[in-house]
Amino acid sequence: MSFYFFSSPATFFPLARPIAIVFAWLAALCAIAGLWIGFVVAPADAQQGEAYRIIFIHVPAAWMSMFIYVVMAFWSIVALTYNTRLSAMLAQALAPTGAWMTFIALFTGSMWGRPTWGTYWAWDARMTSELILLFLYFGVIALRNAIDDPRRADRACSLLTIVGAVNIPIIYFSVQWWNTLHQGASVSLTAAPRMAMIMLTGMLVMTFAAWFYSIAVALLRLRAIILERERGSAWITGLARA
Amino acid sequence: MTTLAHAQSDESQFGVAAAIVWAAAHDLRVAMRSRSELAVQILFYVIVVSLFPLAASPDRALLAALGPGVLWVAALLASLLSLPRLFAADFADGTLEQIALSPYPLQALVGGKIIAHWLCTGLPVAVLAPLLGLQYGLDGDVLAIVTLSLLIGTPLLSLLGAIGAALTLGARGGSSLLALLILPLCVPVLIFGAGAADAVRAGLSPSPNFSLLAAGLLIALVGAPFATAAAIRVALD
Repeated sequence: MSFYFFSSPATFFPLARPIAIVFAWLAALCAIAGLWIGFVVAPADAQQGEAYRIIFIHVPAAWMSMFIYVVMAFWSIVALTYNTRLSAMLAQALAPTGAWMTFIALFTGSMWGRPTWGTYWAWDARMTSELILLFLYFGVIALRNAIDDPRRADRACSLLTIVGAVNIPIIYFSVQWWNTLHQGASVSLTAAPRMAMIMLTGMLVMTFAAWFYSIAVALLRLRAIILERERGSAWITGLARA
Repeated sequence: MTTLAHAQSDESQFGVAAAIVWAAAHDLRVAMRSRSELAVQILFYVIVVSLFPLAASPDRALLAALGPGVLWVAALLASLLSLPRLFAADFADGTLEQIALSPYPLQALVGGKIIAHWLCTGLPVAVLAPLLGLQYGLDGDVLAIVTLSLLIGTPLLSLLGAIGAALTLGARGGSSLLALLILPLCVPVLIFGAGAADAVRAGLSPSPNFSLLAAGLLIALVGAPFATAAAIRVALD
């Protein structure tokens, strides 16, 4: 059995469920452990008090928001190169999770910014590029919904995702230079004091929780997409009859 | 041997330059036959620029600070407004399909259409910028920099916009979808373009901004026609 055996929706469909279940359990365990470390074990921050604890949600969400776009771009390239349906479906399944992660990062960031920086929003380079990343996710999802033929939507969305991926570093650096030109670094995350070991551990465990959660949710969504798009095919009618 | 020679001469006949010139000339001819449409686009730009002082404040210091940014945002909106027509009419009546089937490289034909789009929207916007900048009380050197940055930046807007216009062919949602796809991609152009004038106002050199704009333009010149052609082929499938 070759590796490509699972590149067909029909063969991957049964496999996706056990993988999703395993990763959902892993995500739950990591989340419990990470939250316990973050909210019980880790001490309050010397400067920020209890407010800093939002880091255990904020940073994993921000990392995942960028990582998921990279994964989406990877599967988009695979979809365009090999003309495989499953890769495009996986990219489609990842987009809403990526958008949610971006939103959570922005929302928790502004909740964190209020007590520590004294403002909900600053045109900081990271925040601005994260906001634009959210628009890119929305664009991909909207384009998907606007095209009726799923195969055409696959290719159009893959193309858009790749164009966006080329643009993301340019956007990031442009915003960074723009900001430093304008108002100087009034707020900087890099200037924060070095992080205690226990805080870093909690953050990394929560990152694994967010990662595993994204895998589980994307695979479950992928199953729904496969069912919806292959509904006319023989193997699904057989599945329904069984 | 003769057939091979014949084939080779055919090959050179379907050249890139010829395709670019043909597509640009064709689109310009079409645009010239509906001059009022062109005029409406330019008027839209003028009106948007003129509305900002009414909404914000006629204070000269504030207007001078806002001016370059407003001119750039208005240029972006004007470019966006005219993008749906770049391919939509040709797509609707089947011309685009014939263009894609022609032996000329589609990227070159698309490039010609983008050039025509820039000549019809970007160039007038850049030419009008000094005049509209006077409304904002911009100094002569700032006016020159804004105009120059628009001259370099508006082709970039046309190139990026063409990708979105091709992607949304046959999709529901029309121009608002196009805006959602294109505006985030245009953020760097806006930042470097408007930033050039801000740098001059702050007493700095605008050359980093120009270099970055020009670098972006070169990348887009190479990449955008290919992405647009690929998107057109997706739409025609």
